[in-house]
Amino acid sequence: MAEGRKPAPLEDLDDRLRAARSHRGGTAKGESGKGDKTGTQSGLGVALRIGVDLVAALIVGVGIGFLLDYWLDTKPWFLVLFFVLGAAAGMLNVFRFAGGYGLAAGYKKPDDETGKDDVKDKE
Amino acid sequence: MASPLEQFEIHPIIPLQLGDVDVSFTNSSLYMVLTVVLTAGFVLLGMRNRALVPGRFQCAVEMSYEFVANLLRDTVGNEGRRYFPFVFTLFMFVLFGNLLGMTPYSFTITSHIVVTFALALVVFLGVTVLGFVKHGFHFFSFFVPPGTPLPMWPLLIPIEIISYLSRPISLSVRLFANMLAGHTLLKVIAGFIGILSFAGILPFAFVVVLTGLEILIACLQAYVFTILTCLYINDALHLH
Repeated sequence: MAEGRKPAPLEDLDDRLRAARSHRGGTAKGESGKGDKTGTQSGLGVALRIGVDLVAALIVGVGIGFLLDYWLDTKPWFLVLFFVLGAAAGMLNVFRFAGGYGLAAGYKKPDDETGKDDVKDKE
Repeated sequence: MASPLEQFEIHPIIPLQLGDVDVSFTNSSLYMVLTVVLTAGFVLLGMRNRALVPGRFQCAVEMSYEFVANLLRDTVGNEGRRYFPFVFTLFMFVLFGNLLGMTPYSFTITSHIVVTFALALVVFLGVTVLGFVKHGFHFFSFFVPPGTPLPMWPLLIPIEIISYLSRPISLSVRLFANMLAGHTLLKVIAGFIGILSFAGILPFAFVVVLTGLEILIACLQAYVFTILTCLYINDALHLH
C-alpha cells in the first residue's frame, strides 16, 4: 500500500505537534460561529428542534402555573399567567435559535468576554 | 400480527423487589448494560495496541475521541477540556444506545423518555451546579439580559427562568421523540410487506431506505445531544 512512499521523518515530530497545538489553541472560539452550528444540521433537524423548543417552554410554563394554582387555590389565574409567559419563553427560544444566539438564556454577543478568557487560558 | 408498539414494551428478566419499589432487571437494563460493555470494549480494545500508526480499529476510536474533543473545543473553548470525560461518555452512551436499537429484534433504550430525561436532568443539574460554583450568586444575572430596563425585569425574569427550565425537557423530548417515531414508522411500514403479497416489494424498498435514514438519525441525535450539552456548559462557564 504505502510501502513506496517514504514516511515523514520522526525527528521533527515534536515541532509539528507543537505547531498543531498552537494552531488549535488559536481557534478556540470565534471561527466556529453560528454558521458551524446550523450548517451541519439538516433542514428536518432544524425544524424538529424549533418545534420541540417551542413546546417545551410551554409545557414548563403550564406546569408551573398549574402547580401554583394547586397550592394557592387560585384557579385559574396562575395558569393563565404562566401559559402566556411559557409561550413567550418558547418564542424566545426559537428566536434565539433562529437568530444564531444558540440556546443561551440571556443574549450573548459573538465576541465579548469569551475572547478574553481564551487569552487568559493560553498564559 | 404484532403491534408496532410492542417493541417498546418493558418486561422483567430477573424480577426483584426492594421494599415497595420494583427494581427488576428488565430488558431495558440489559440493553443499557450491553451499551456500557460495548462502549467500554470499543474504546479499550481499540486502544490496546497504542500503535503510533493506528490500525483501522484504533483509528475509529481516535476519530470518535477527536470528534468530541473538537466539538467541545469549538463550542466551549480551551477551559472546556476539563469536562471532556463526561461529554465523551455521554456521547458514546447515547450513540451506542441508538445504534444498538437499530439491530433487529433489539430494544432501544433511548426510545423511553425516562432514560433520556434522566440523562438530560444529569446534564441540567450538573450545569446549574457548575454555574453556581464558578460564579456564585452572580449566576442569577444569567436571567437578566444585559441592557434590560428596570421596569421590564418582572416580566423578563420569569420568561428567562421558564426558558432555562425548558432545557432538560427539550433535550430529552428531542432524542426520545426521534427514536420512538423512527422505530414505530419502520414497524408500521414493515407490516405492509406481508399484507400486500407481491406489491410488498414497494414497502420493502421503503423500509430499506428508512433503515439507512434511521441510522443517520441515530448518529445525528447523539451529536445534537452532545453539542447542546457543550453549549450549556459554555453558558454556565461564560454567562454573558
